[in-house]
Amino acid sequence: MRDRSLLVAGGIFALLLIAPGVLDATGQAYLTGLLMKAMLLAIAAMALDLLVGQGGMISLGHSAFVGIGAYVLAIGLAAGIENILVLLAIALAVAGSFALVTGALALRTSGVYFLMITLAFGQMAYFTLTSLAAYGGDDGLTLWSLATLFGSNVAQNAGHIYLVILAVLVATWWLVHRIGQSRFGRVLRAARDNPERAAVMGFSVFRYRLTAYVIAGMIASVAGLLTAQQNEFVSPALATWQHSGDLLVILVVGGLGSRNGALLGALFIVAAQEALGAVLPEWRLIYGPLLVGVVLFAKGGLNSLLAPGTAGPGR
Amino acid sequence: MSILEIRNLTKTFGAVRVSKEISLTVGARQCHALIGPNGAGKTTLIHQISGVLTPDAGAVLLDGTDITALPMWRRAQAGLGRTFQISSTLHSFSVLENVALAAQAKAGSSMRFFRPAATEAALNRQAEAVLDRVGLLRRARILAGDLSHGERRLLELAIALAGAPKVLLLDEPMAGLGRVESERLTDILAELRREIPMLLIEHDMDAIFRLADTVAVLVEGAVVARGTPDEVRADPVARAAYLGEESA
Repeated sequence: MRDRSLLVAGGIFALLLIAPGVLDATGQAYLTGLLMKAMLLAIAAMALDLLVGQGGMISLGHSAFVGIGAYVLAIGLAAGIENILVLLAIALAVAGSFALVTGALALRTSGVYFLMITLAFGQMAYFTLTSLAAYGGDDGLTLWSLATLFGSNVAQNAGHIYLVILAVLVATWWLVHRIGQSRFGRVLRAARDNPERAAVMGFSVFRYRLTAYVIAGMIASVAGLLTAQQNEFVSPALATWQHSGDLLVILVVGGLGSRNGALLGALFIVAAQEALGAVLPEWRLIYGPLLVGVVLFAKGGLNSLLAPGTAGPGR
Repeated sequence: MSILEIRNLTKTFGAVRVSKEISLTVGARQCHALIGPNGAGKTTLIHQISGVLTPDAGAVLLDGTDITALPMWRRAQAGLGRTFQISSTLHSFSVLENVALAAQAKAGSSMRFFRPAATEAALNRQAEAVLDRVGLLRRARILAGDLSHGERRLLELAIALAGAPKVLLLDEPMAGLGRVESERLTDILAELRREIPMLLIEHDMDAIFRLADTVAVLVEGAVVARGTPDEVRADPVARAAYLGEESA
């Protein structure tokens, strides 16, 4: 059954790889932008799944890390740092530190209280970004220059940013699954199912959860950095709690804790919003019930429709 | 040499003193039983020893080291194993993985992020050996959530054993078991007690008379009688408090 989900993922990655060429040839190149949006959402959602699906920690502050990644790019560029790898390292360091401090406090609680505290920290990050007057404040900031990879424009719209995003997507997919199956991931899942049992076995539940929180935050910052680079624009909207909510919706629709849930959910959400939006202006009237339908009728999310038996955390 | 020593443990919930200066020691190769009517404070005592609750006063010593202030996971790392009165296994994990995870806690760092844990042969071998010991090996691949109640009691024990404990706290291991199952578990514990000292809370008198060297009778948070099983059986205070109830 694990092969089935591998097959699904491989198929999606292959389609994503040939999509720009096909769309270009059929005169629908504008759709590659949507695919990039879906891939970037999927990266952030995969990271969130490490917390929610594997760790049982429902965070409403995940988009703060996306915002951090995006603003590190914008501020770094303004400061004259152009190497995307250097900016990436800074983003990872800032997001990791923010996660370490806020996570250490938030993880004193669990359940609804954890959700509320992560929401509060997320809002703190959001309002901090809106107050950055030098970088556009509320309105955001257009990036007039973009980051380069050793001087080349590979990681830009003018180059092959699509392929860069796809590569990061595949790497994240691989990494998150790998972590889930590792010793660390096993402890994380045990702590989700039964924290007292994990503690009695000799594991510090707090330390494992905090580590997961830091890893998830760092991965989300990569999604944020690439989002800014691809949009050529940053805005505090990236860090709103509604965006965190979108990421949770993606996970639930795709299949919480499943190998391909975040990927399927992100593609579905972006496609559904676009298709419905094209048909009628009041598309949200249909979008809402559609999500309810998916959650009710595809228990275990879209993942369980495509690869039955692989649903559920830890597979 | 005592492996586990409890000194004057005292705990109060509101106006109720649930533990009144309880002291006891469990030495090497010893099985110390704790009996008492429901509500006597047996599980509260186990919780204080294992770290779920912090005592108001008194100390818990493991192998001579004071562990009173340590969190649960550190006590487990130090060698304190326990089973739960209500089975507490990981339902979405296989039986093997439940035990392998317990072995993992004692086999180097678990801050390892890349190598799949499920295929770590050393952990699985250890887990299989423990499962064989409690007679669950043929059920190793099924989910813990699919086990029968009796099997889950055995898995509880296997998880505790896989942590290579210096001492075992057994909180009513026979709870809810039929006679045949109880006897089987008693056989297993009888074999184990030669290797691992135990503090055993149990209502099953047959098991206690077979396993325990020392029995303490707990009533309303205080030890009212203590001695060998035969002495306790003959003790009028203990009989009145507890044994009498059973035969009545």
